[in-house]
Amino acid sequence: MPSGIGLVETRRAVVFDGDRPLRLDSGAEIKRVDVAYETYGELNDDRSNAVFICHALSGDAHAAGLHEGDEPDRPGWWDNIIGPGRPLDTDRLFVICANVLGGCGGTTGPSSTDPDTGSPYGLRFPLIQVRDLVTVHRALLAELGIERLLAAVGGSLGGMQVMQWAIDHPGEIDGGLVIAASGRLSAQNIAFSAVAREAIMSDPDFNGGDWYNTGTRPDRGLGLARMIGHITYLSEQSMREKFGRRIQDAEVPRYGFDVDFQVESYLHYQGQSFVERFDANSYLYLGRVMDYFDPFQDAVRVQQQIEVGDTSFLVLSFDSDWRFSTAHSKEIAAELRLAGAPVTFREITSSHGHDSFLFPIPDYHETVSGFIDRLASERGIGSDAR
Amino acid sequence: MRPDLDIVAAMIDPGSRVLDLGCGDGALLENLIAEHDCSGLGVEHDPDGFHSCIARGVPVTQGDLESELPAIDTGTFDVAILSLTLQAVRHPDRVLAEMKRVAPRQIVSLPNFGHLRLRSGLALNGRMPVTSALPYQWFNTPNIHLCTLRDFEQLTTDTGMRILRRVVLDGKGEAESGPAKLLPNLLAQGAVYTLGD
Repeated sequence: MPSGIGLVETRRAVVFDGDRPLRLDSGAEIKRVDVAYETYGELNDDRSNAVFICHALSGDAHAAGLHEGDEPDRPGWWDNIIGPGRPLDTDRLFVICANVLGGCGGTTGPSSTDPDTGSPYGLRFPLIQVRDLVTVHRALLAELGIERLLAAVGGSLGGMQVMQWAIDHPGEIDGGLVIAASGRLSAQNIAFSAVAREAIMSDPDFNGGDWYNTGTRPDRGLGLARMIGHITYLSEQSMREKFGRRIQDAEVPRYGFDVDFQVESYLHYQGQSFVERFDANSYLYLGRVMDYFDPFQDAVRVQQQIEVGDTSFLVLSFDSDWRFSTAHSKEIAAELRLAGAPVTFREITSSHGHDSFLFPIPDYHETVSGFIDRLASERGIGSDAR
Repeated sequence: MRPDLDIVAAMIDPGSRVLDLGCGDGALLENLIAEHDCSGLGVEHDPDGFHSCIARGVPVTQGDLESELPAIDTGTFDVAILSLTLQAVRHPDRVLAEMKRVAPRQIVSLPNFGHLRLRSGLALNGRMPVTSALPYQWFNTPNIHLCTLRDFEQLTTDTGMRILRRVVLDGKGEAESGPAKLLPNLLAQGAVYTLGD
């Protein structure tokens, strides 16, 4: 699908600095926080048409459109849902996507320079939580002069940010779209996360997180972590359909320990291309952000917060997703309902596993469109509201 | 809104937490939320109904009510509604028991298979009746558990439910005022029941 938005660029804002450092929920401080972000569409006069995209573990601010010099068929990671006439319709909505705190796409993270030492933070970067990611998003919105969102939308880790935001800051989000997310990782999820972390940290080039000035990187470890992760993002069916037992570049097996099956070649490619764009320390930090996420722990507080706010939620899952299965989403819906929030839930049929939320599946997009349309009409935002 | 839904709406106290099983396009819940200060949740299997609920701003779960019910916590709602849906579920007795579990009040409406025209259709023609209230052929009907009002009332007794109120319906789904009130099992097209402890 060609991009509907056309050329876009990533901008940068300094949202914490100098005498106003970022104070994390843990009490630790980060002196300076830069945020990389992109916006699509235009903010209307009463600033009521803003939609915030929260990205997943390996995402970045470039959600839609093309950067100068990009191949036309390689737009931002969620281009199929953002743009004129798409579910997040930029003809009437102002869409914002920002790289998360701890990431490596332009927002401050472990690969950023620590002002105290003049070198990259590495593992000296403080541990962060979903709550801190939200703090930084809100600081960016304050910078942009936006007090309330028509919607906050996110898949996977993105959906976790949406939940935390709605719970911690009642009255800031009209509609929370929580897609293929989890309110509490299972032991199996944490186990996969542990193996990925071990892959990175046991790489001889990891060097305790301080490889930035050594001329090497823990590419093998990060690549392996991505390979493991990628298996959990696909479904058995989608792998069977995509690769079956086919042999790479040959008709008959070569019999040996090198890459032989297509699926092996694909996973290696995924691992290798990932290390070119992602920081191993960011992977560790954001993986841990997900492991520790548990927003419904204090049910009484959640109920009080949800009561004050008036966010309505759309919770979506995909039937082939086994990383965050429908059971996770149903639990989210149940917890939010228990707290008194209006929640609409649907399980979408798709063969793409956890990655389904990135695909333009008609039932899925139609549901998102309908929910956004309703929010927009309640706010009096028509298709010509600009 | 369908006339029988007006009757259902009138049976619900303002401010109630309402579960509407098989909520269709969400018209009843929209009305209860907007006009009666209720909060609610619909369960609807059909995608068109589900989308219509979203467009009306009615919270809804897409799914089969019989598989969704067990996941709902005991006593989560004040009222559980099942309007013109009992005849289409796989296990009507279990659905009633589940409704009783999740809400202290239950409202059930159903078509009456004991109505004179249906009885005579079967008796005289020897064929399964097709009427405006039950417009399907036997082989494609979603209505797999048809019963008479008397059958239903027996089931409520067996399930330990008490009938608090009954409104008998005519063919348009409006409240009957004539002879059907006297001989509902023979002359009413259907009925709406309020059930409780």
